[in-house]
Amino acid sequence: MQKILVCIKRVVDYNVRIRVKPDGSGVMLDGVKMSVNPFDEIALEEALRIKERYGNVEVVAVSIGVPDTQQQLRTALAMGADRAILVQTDKAVEPLSAAQTFLAVAKKENPDLIFLGKQAIDDDANQTAQMLAALWDRPQATYASKVELSMGKGQVTREVDSGLETIEVDLPAVISVDLRLNEPRYVKLPDIMKAKKKPLESTTFEALGVSVGTYLKTVKTEPPPQRQKGVMVKDVAELVDVLKKKGLI
Amino acid sequence: MNKILIVGEHDGKTLNPATAKCVTCAKAIPDAEISVVLLGADTKAIAAQAAALNGVNHVLCVDRPENQHPLAAIFAPQLVALAADYSHLFGPSTSFGKDLMPRVAALMGVTQVSDLMAVEGAYKFRRPTYAGNAIVTVEADSSKKLVATVRVASFEAAPSGGSAQIESKSVTASLPTHTRYVGAKSGSTDRPDLQTARRVVSGGRALGSAENFKLLFSLADKMGAAVGASRAAVDAGYAANEMQVGQTGKIISPEIYVAIGISGAIQHLTGIKDARTIVAINKDAEAPIFEVADVGLVGDLFQIVPELEKLIAK
Repeated sequence: MQKILVCIKRVVDYNVRIRVKPDGSGVMLDGVKMSVNPFDEIALEEALRIKERYGNVEVVAVSIGVPDTQQQLRTALAMGADRAILVQTDKAVEPLSAAQTFLAVAKKENPDLIFLGKQAIDDDANQTAQMLAALWDRPQATYASKVELSMGKGQVTREVDSGLETIEVDLPAVISVDLRLNEPRYVKLPDIMKAKKKPLESTTFEALGVSVGTYLKTVKTEPPPQRQKGVMVKDVAELVDVLKKKGLI
Repeated sequence: MNKILIVGEHDGKTLNPATAKCVTCAKAIPDAEISVVLLGADTKAIAAQAAALNGVNHVLCVDRPENQHPLAAIFAPQLVALAADYSHLFGPSTSFGKDLMPRVAALMGVTQVSDLMAVEGAYKFRRPTYAGNAIVTVEADSSKKLVATVRVASFEAAPSGGSAQIESKSVTASLPTHTRYVGAKSGSTDRPDLQTARRVVSGGRALGSAENFKLLFSLADKMGAAVGASRAAVDAGYAANEMQVGQTGKIISPEIYVAIGISGAIQHLTGIKDARTIVAINKDAEAPIFEVADVGLVGDLFQIVPELEKLIAK
């Protein structure tokens, strides 16, 4: 185990209640707090724990996005990543393009493992890890809740609809992480200072030889239909009464 | 004509109900011819279940020992080979479909359309983003094949009454050996399946312990309901991971959802928006769950739940 790549997305912070623009052209992002996608934080934490266990492992954080994505990569460096790469673009990037870009980085870096969050909490697409594994022609272990490594193999426990499933993959492999894999560490002030000195390289699609396509066009963005305000009941008897009237029990 | 291939989900014995919901979604595509493909070690019995779904024209069985377990790396190249004859490839938005379909899409050089919630045209769909707080209408490039997952909570199951042709199919594809199935641990239960249950009783952190969750199991059994949980309850170890309802857990659409001791974070509400009736029981009258509840009751769940069980039993 020598190198782990962690893919990171800059997204609207988990706690922000997003609002749809009145003209339906998207969601309001002006002045909204941006953060590292929470699942990607878990991905990075896992890479750092492997580094701490095995020593001598380089953890590289990679992101694609606007110049300000440097902030999220600095957070990754403060958490403990050794260096960071930003593929700079102002374009909206679809999952396939993101996977193609990460593939280009992977071919240069030759990591033993690539960690990603299982989905980004903005587009909720849940595609990039699987696509990267497909294009790289390597195993994928999605929705990981436990990762054990030994002798060039990984044993990964996955959260699936029916419970837990365990698979074994040969390395290198792509692992997408689920909520309960670990709890990411908090960043301390001295780490933030140290992170400022760590290398953060900027590159472009052109330099990586990636041509970014558009396959999906977003025609309209709308708020979801609102549920109507319900009734409050005063006790269990009244509750049962209401449910019986609705034919639900 | 739009030729749609649905990847059927099954456990080796039974067709998962999510497949029937994909069929309903596919039927909404104009001028559709619908096939269901089953990959497995022996899918004959399951094929009969798929063939009985109203709207299905063909069922394809791809039986081979390597297909014993649903590994995306093994299934994907076979589906790419099969896709040559189709314009659309659909899978369910379950852990099975979400794992598999993007791998197929990437091999075919397209971005997937995730979580279709409504069909507006053969290449135009509505899907949720930002935990369901923004619904986008997307149009895909119609010169390419379309790969999508279907948000099962948005569609009714296709009724039975069909009589599709069943066909055995052999597929030429080179399959990798780098990914191997080891085992599974499922929370096997006699209760209805959470994803497709008509009634769901769900608990949050306020339950306080795994032991206290038994209160909910008991109520659920009286109601014939499945049991769910909030992320907080699962993280705290009160409930198993497969019980989680919400943005990153299961998205469900039961006729009645009883939220007990769940405050109602937006990520949780995402999972229950399509429930016909939401009942909230919480001791905090200001809990956000009451903003979406059809019926709310403020009070101590440890008194309310046993009383509710008693009254329902009458």
